This record gives sequence, structure tokens and C-alpha cells, in this order.
Amino acid sequence: MMTVELLFSSAVGVLTAAGIYLVLQLRTFPVILGLSFLSYAVNVFLFASGRLVVNQPPILTKYAESYTDPLPQALVLTAIVISFGMTAVVVMIALSAWLSARDDRVDMENEDPPPDDDEDGETGSEAPS
Amino acid sequence: MSLILLAALPFLGAVFPALLIRAGRDASAGAAGMVTLIAFIGLMTNAPAVMRGEVVTAQIDWLPALGLNAHFFLDGLGLLFAGLILGIGLLIILYARYYLSREDPMGQFYAYLLLFQGAMVGIVLSDNILLLLVFWELTSLSSFLLIGYWRHLPEGRQGARMALTVTGAGGLAMIGGMLILGNIVGSYDLTVILTQKELIQSSPMYLPALLLILAGAFTKSAQFPFHFWLPHAMAAPTPVSAYLHSATMVKAGLFLMARMWPVLSGTDAWFYIVATTGLVTMVVGAVIALFKDDLKALLAFSTVSHLGLITMLLGFATPYAAVAAVFHIINHATFKAALFMSAGIIDHETGTRDINRLGGLRKLMPLTFVLATIASLSMAGLPPLNGFLSKEMMLEQALHAHWLGNPWILAAVAVLGSAFSAAYCFRYIGHVFLGPERHDYPAHPHDPGPGLWLSPAFLVLLVILIGLFPQTMVQGLVEVSAGAVTGGYLPDHLKLKLWHGFNEPLLMSTIATVAGLLLIWAYGTARGLWDGAPRPEAKAIFDRVVGAFTDLSRWVTDGLHDGTITRYSAIFVLFTLGLGWIAYTGGAMSTADRVGLTASPMVVVGWFCLVGSTACVVAFHRNRLLALVILGVVGLMISLMFNFLSAPDLALTQISVEVVTIILLLLALNFMPRETPAEGGGARRLRDVVLSVGGGLGVGGLIYAILTRNPATESISRFHLENSYTGGGGTNVVNVILVDFRGYDTFGEIIVLGIAAIIIFAITEACLDGPVRARLLNRRPVEPPAGDTHPLMMVVATRVMMPIALMVAAYIFFRGHNLPGGGFIAGLIAAIAVIMQYMASGFSWAAARQRWPYHGIIGSGVLVAAVTGLGAWFNDMPFLTSAFTYVKIPPLEKFELATAALFDLGVFLAVVGAVMLALESLARYAWQPGMVSEFPMDINPERDDTPSEDGEETR
Repeated sequence: MMTVELLFSSAVGVLTAAGIYLVLQLRTFPVILGLSFLSYAVNVFLFASGRLVVNQPPILTKYAESYTDPLPQALVLTAIVISFGMTAVVVMIALSAWLSARDDRVDMENEDPPPDDDEDGETGSEAPS
Repeated sequence: MSLILLAALPFLGAVFPALLIRAGRDASAGAAGMVTLIAFIGLMTNAPAVMRGEVVTAQIDWLPALGLNAHFFLDGLGLLFAGLILGIGLLIILYARYYLSREDPMGQFYAYLLLFQGAMVGIVLSDNILLLLVFWELTSLSSFLLIGYWRHLPEGRQGARMALTVTGAGGLAMIGGMLILGNIVGSYDLTVILTQKELIQSSPMYLPALLLILAGAFTKSAQFPFHFWLPHAMAAPTPVSAYLHSATMVKAGLFLMARMWPVLSGTDAWFYIVATTGLVTMVVGAVIALFKDDLKALLAFSTVSHLGLITMLLGFATPYAAVAAVFHIINHATFKAALFMSAGIIDHETGTRDINRLGGLRKLMPLTFVLATIASLSMAGLPPLNGFLSKEMMLEQALHAHWLGNPWILAAVAVLGSAFSAAYCFRYIGHVFLGPERHDYPAHPHDPGPGLWLSPAFLVLLVILIGLFPQTMVQGLVEVSAGAVTGGYLPDHLKLKLWHGFNEPLLMSTIATVAGLLLIWAYGTARGLWDGAPRPEAKAIFDRVVGAFTDLSRWVTDGLHDGTITRYSAIFVLFTLGLGWIAYTGGAMSTADRVGLTASPMVVVGWFCLVGSTACVVAFHRNRLLALVILGVVGLMISLMFNFLSAPDLALTQISVEVVTIILLLLALNFMPRETPAEGGGARRLRDVVLSVGGGLGVGGLIYAILTRNPATESISRFHLENSYTGGGGTNVVNVILVDFRGYDTFGEIIVLGIAAIIIFAITEACLDGPVRARLLNRRPVEPPAGDTHPLMMVVATRVMMPIALMVAAYIFFRGHNLPGGGFIAGLIAAIAVIMQYMASGFSWAAARQRWPYHGIIGSGVLVAAVTGLGAWFNDMPFLTSAFTYVKIPPLEKFELATAALFDLGVFLAVVGAVMLALESLARYAWQPGMVSEFPMDINPERDDTPSEDGEETR
């Protein structure tokens, strides 16, 4: 029988795998995408530590008999907002690095500056005036 | 005065001279002097009890379970040292006021000096050895600041670094030794440790502990072969040399040996290590001192020599030797501090410390001559001065000690050392003050004002008085402090006196003095021999050793941190996987006892959307725009999933954050390459795939294991559910947790968010200051703009939407306490409403209509939250305790007023400010001169001109 738990776990696994794969890439932009995926995965993982419950939101009413665990939800709520803040910082660092050094590689393997004309053609984000 | 206050006073007082320097140098020096004087008087209030043989204690238990306690005690030894530290400190403060020049930052000097003083007082008062170690390290650090005080001098910086390296390394060794000692005894309190002699000395760890502790003491007290740092530390201003390097810091090592004497001494290891090191240091120091031309270097090596003498006496481990050691500590502090100060006076008044350029100062500086001569003769060990008394006692002890069964070798070497010691003392007098008057002094020499000579004169007075009347002056102090060293065993009939009759020590002393005179008479020949002899240069060796360690560290660091961040990430993933594997194979798992939920077809569809879009992002990630669009789908699916799994608050947060994130990434992508080039070979891709699949399987498996089992212990959530309404006044438990139960967390989180936004702002500012700005201004769009830049339809739509969106935000905010919503979500929605205006009508237009700076909004949010939290204090409740009440104002329904709502308002403001500041900063990159438009849209029916025709607006 296909359970929600199985689907959920496999989805978290896929999100994690995608995150790790992208984080291991060589350019800043995929790394940022990868970090976003890892944020999703971690937030969802933490949320699920309260176990999966359907139709029992933690809103107190006269009619409900039981509620899902509210604590992970509260913690994950702030985590989502904070991960936005951190993503924004990383984006800003990556962008500033690209704008000032014209290089968006994450590794420092190669000490030489990147060839100037290499990326101009395809990105066009910069042209001599 | 309580010992705790006594130890803290110099630290607290260190602020005053630094602050009062604005009121002038006298105020600064006066403040430092007052602090020291108060501490000295405080010490003296405890003195009568100590002199009666009592031990004064003061205790604060900090972490008793770990043996970390602030325990202080004052016995005879502590009294002696604390008295020296504070008493000579006072004299030094007076002296330094007149020694330092107008250009020297005097407030800083006195602040450092008081810090050092506090650390020293802390060492001698500590009862807990861990506390002692802390103060020990503090002396190393504060002496670093003092030695390097003249930071414009390379010698000062190098000397400070060398002193810190050597004493710091010794301190590290000592930490090890002290911990071993504490382990053997089972207590870190000195008063306990000092009673456990048998236990410690029978332990197999005795020798390692001894060696490590001695390493600390020897480095601090500049014992051979660690003596080389002390002369280099002479680059410090002379008051520092006089204070640290004659009276206090270098005596810390002696203090420690004396302190540990009852439990560590008495073994062969102690005798041979300590006494031999002391003897060698005494002779080596004396010989080198004789051939130094720099006055301060001469004094530095003479200090090394005398420290060696005291170390040797402690090494003898007899009560009489302990008395001699303590007595010599007092005597050395008096004459050596006076000598340093007189050297400082000579340097100050003649402009040089080079003996070759001096001589004949006798008549020019008569007062200095008298002071320096008396102090020198005392150091040489001539009667009737105090140096004579303790030196006789030393020779007496050397005569009775057998070294490897040899009865005379110690005495012979000690006489040799004394001969050189007498010789350099005579040289100090003869080559500086005597001889013909010269005419080429760098400055015009004359006696200084009383500010400079008062302190050494006082010390010289002590030198004479102690020499003449030892019993009246110091007998009592020597007895209690030597008693504290030996644990109460004092030699019978102990009487300090000047004249013992004609005996062997007097003979030895006479031989040494005559030999010293001969040496100085034949100085030219001796100097020629010395200069011709090869000898190792300690500084060069030290530099080579340090250089080798630096190279090693650089090699290791470069090897580990080569800047390849993907490699770090890969190693990190691999390591985590390894840990997970160990946990999985090594641990036991309970059986799956939780019944799963059956998945409806809708859930399966959602799963396919989520997994499919994720796969698409990975597959198409080289096309960045496409990847970004699909990433939005992933976020949307996660939001739906939260909604399905009973988390409406999370669903709302996720979807609004998703909108903001995608806008942010789109803005960033505007400036970045549109495509990711294909790089890296097949091997790398294989590695990435293996690692990511492994990670995914691990995380997926872990969460599946969690989800199919019930919690091992009951969750604390029940408390929150039960108290949410009654205690927090809200039915939305998630919101009540955020603003009430865990309000402090939330408070911290909005601050973090604010900091993140301000970092972004700062990066933008820094970046736009540099060459990036010109590059951005000259940027050309990759593709021609798609139609209107500010389309009419979008502008109108967003304007209509704005009040509606803000209304929704307000609605979400107010209902948040009881229904899904709250400050976070409302903040995000309000931010989106404003961003829409920026997007539709352009940055300039929107920014001109936004009157409050976003920094201010963040700050006000944090402030509102903080003030709400502080409000609880007025009701004698802890920070952030919420209060609520229900109000009914006709014709409205009954509604709730809660301080939590005010706190949530703070959250709201912080979130709005942070999101807007981040996006606005990013958008400022896009600003170009041609883009400015004071109009909200490109085509305005009210205007006649159509700007799109001249092409200006669409650039």
C-alpha cells in the first residue's frame, strides 16, 4: 500500500539529492539553487519530526478532538523566513563577486584571472562602452 | 578589604586612567595611583591577620562540579608578593608619569599597567589552580601589551612577540601540569593540594607534572635556556622593565615554585632540575651581563642571573634556603627596581644607554650617581647593604649542598657566578659614573626632577635600612612568607643579621668581590676573549624555530584549505554519510509501530509534481531562467504539502517567502550569465551523482524511519496545546508559541533577519563604491526590452492591488493569534505589495514615494518587540511574558487585546524592513542614468508627449 509517509520520505530524499548535486556544481548560481533545495529539505524534515497528520491543524476549536504537533511548525516557520534571509545574503555575495571579479566560479583552483572575452559573448551582461 | 575585591580592583580601575587622560596626564596618573593605593591599603588591612599566621580566604563557587571556583587566599607568601606588586607599582606609576614623553599615549599605558597589576595580584591570591592559570595567561597577555607599548619600534614589537611566544608556550605546558596535579589530588584548590605531598610524590604522574609546571615557571622567570626573551623585552619603556622585569612578572615563576614547594620539592628530581637550572642560569646570566654595553641589557642579564640564584635556593629544598630565597626576592626587588629606574634616568637625561658613550657622569648627575652606586653595591653583595645579607645566606647554603656526591662544586660555581656578578656591578658604576668627563654626550646630562628620583631614592633607602636593621625591617615578613613556602617548617634560631663573624661565606664573598675587581681591572682583556669566542645568538635560533613552525602551519593550512569549495562540500557530504552509516550499522532500531496514512490519488499527483519539477531543475539547471521558474513550482508544491499536512501557517509562510525569493533570484539573474557552462569531466559528475544519491537515500531513509515510529518519549507539545488559550490567549498554537512561549527565540530571529538585510545593504554600498559602479552604468541589456518597461496594464493593476494586498496583510496580522497568520506572514505579504509597485512603476518612482528608510523599519520592529518584552519587567515578570485581556466595545464583538500582538507588530515591521531592504539593495544595481522616469508608466494618457518614441525611456 502506498502510504503518505513513503511518498513524503522519498520526496525529501529527492529534494536532498537535488540539493547536494547542485551544491557540488562549479558556478555560484547552481550552488544557490542547491542551497534552496537543501533549505526545503531541511525545513520539511524538521517539520515532519512532529509526524504526518492530516486535517488536524493546531488551531484550537470546540470541535476538534486532537491536534498535530505545533512545536515543529513554529520552529520551521521562523526557519523558512531566516533561510530567505540567508539565501538573500548568499545571492548578494555571489552577485557582488561576479560583478567585481567577473568570475562566478566557486573554486579557487585556478589562480589566473578568467579570460576576459570568454563569457562576454554569451552573457553580454557587460560590454565596453 | 575582601580578597575578591582586592583582585578585581586593578581590573575595574584600569578604566579610569584610560578615560581620565582627557583631563590631562596628571589626572590619568593620579587615577592609576589612587587605584593602586586603595588596593595597597586594602591589602594592608589584611596584613595583621596574616602576620599572626592566619590565612585569609574569600570564596565564590562558580561551577563546583567542575572544580571551577573563584577561591582566593592570602598567606605570608601571598602577602609578600602582593605587597611587592602593589608597593612597587605605586612607585612605578609615579616614575612613569615623569618618564613618558608627551607623545606617548599615557592613558593606555596606565590602563595596561593596571591590567597587568590585576593579573599579578590574581596569581598570588588564587587558591584555585584553574583560576591561577587564567591570571597567569593574563600576565602574559598584558605584558605583551606593555612590552610592545612603543609600537612604532620594531624591537618593541619583536620583543613583545618573543616574550608572548615563550611565556605563552610555558603557560600551555603549565596548564597540562596543573591539570595532572589536580587529577592526582582530586581537587583544584591549592589549599587542598598543598596538603597532599605523599600522594603527589608517590604518583607515577609526579615527574610529568613537575616537568610541565617547571616549564611554565622557568619560561616565566627567564631560566636558562629560556632566558633569551627577557633582554629582548627590554625594548619596553623603562618603567615597564623596572616593574615587570625586576619586581613582578619574572618573579611569578619563582612564586609558583615557592607556592608548590611543599608538595613538589624534596625529591631528587626537584633538586637536580631546579637547583642545577638555577645555578647555570646564575652563572650564564652574570657572564653575559658583564659584556653587555646597553645599560638595560646589562640589567636584564643581571636579573636573569639573580632569578637563577633564587631558583637555585628553592631547588635546595631546605627551610633555611627557602628563607634565603624569600629574603633575596625582597632584596632583589628593591635594588633592581632602583637600578632600572636609575638606568631610565640616565637614558632620559643623556639620550643614550650605551655604556661606551657614557662615563664621567659622577659630577654631572651626583644624585643619580649616589642612588645607582648604592643599589649596585647592594647587588654586588657588599656590606652593609641588603644584597650582602641574602648573598651570604646563599653561599652558606651552596656550601652545604652536595651535587652528585661532590661537596664543593656547587660552592665553587656559586663563587664564580658571584665574581662575575660583582664585576658587572662595578662596571655599572665604573664605566658610567667614574672616569673622565666627556664632551660628546647626546644630550646635556643633569639630575632629573624629584618625579623621577623619588621612587628610586625610596627603594635605595630600603636597601640601606634592610641591610642595617634586617630584624626590624623584614624579619617578621620573611618568617611568615618563608613559613608559607615551607608549610610551617622554619629553621631554629632564625635571625637575619648583618654580621655573622668571620666564617666561610664571608671568605667566599671576599674572594668573589676581589675577583670581580680584578675582572673589571682587566676588562679590556676579558672583553677581547669574550668577543673572540663563538656563541649562539638566541634571537636567530628563535626566529628560525618560529619560522619553521610558521612554514609547517602554512603547509598544513594550504594543504587543507586550497580554496576548492566543492571539494570541502564533497568531503562534508561524505563524512556525514560515513557518520550516518556508523550510526545505522552500530545502533539498534525499534520496530515500526506507527500506522501510515493511505495516499489518495491527489497526493500521488502532488508527489509527481514535486519530484518531477525537482528533477527538471536538476536536468535543466544550466538554463538558469528556466531552472528558476521550475524552482517556483517546487516551492509551490511544498506549500501545498504543508497545507495538506495540517500546517496552514507554514503553507502561508512558504508561499509568500517563495514569491519573494524568486523575485530576488530573478533580480540577481538579471546581472549574471544566463547559462551555466558545462564543466568538469565524467569522473566529477559521477562523484556528484554518487554523493547526492547517497545523501538523498540517507536523509529519505532517516525521515521514513522516524515517520513510521511513534516518538520514544512524549513530546513537550502537549504543554503548548493545553496552555495556549488559557496562558497565551490565542487559539492558533503555532502563533502563540512564536510570540509567547518561545518569544525569545523569535526575538533573536528577527534580529538575525535584520542583520542579514543590513549585511546585504553593506555589500551593496561597498560594491557600488568601487569600479563595479562604472561597469554597471555602462551595462547594455542582453536582449532588447520586451515592449514597455513599465506597462500601463501592470501599473494600473498593481496600484489597484496595493490597498487590497495591504488589507489582506492587516487581516492576516490581526487574525494571526487565533487563526493561521501572524506577523511573519503579514510582513511578507505587505512587502510583496510594495515590491509590486517597484516592479510595475520602476525603482526611482517607487523609491521617491517611500518615505521611511528600511533600516529604520527594521530597527523600529526590533525595538517594538524589545520594549514589549521589557514591559513584563514592570509587572515583575520575566522578559517577554505576555498579558492579554478581552474587551467589548459596542457595537463590536468582544475582542482581545494582547501584548503578544504588539510583539507580533515588531515581528511584522522587522520582516517588512528586512525583505524590502534586501530587495531594494539588489535593485539599486540596476539603476542607470537613462532609466530614470518620474512617471509611473511609459504611456500616460494625461501627457501629450510619448516618450517611447524618442527611445529615452525604454533604454
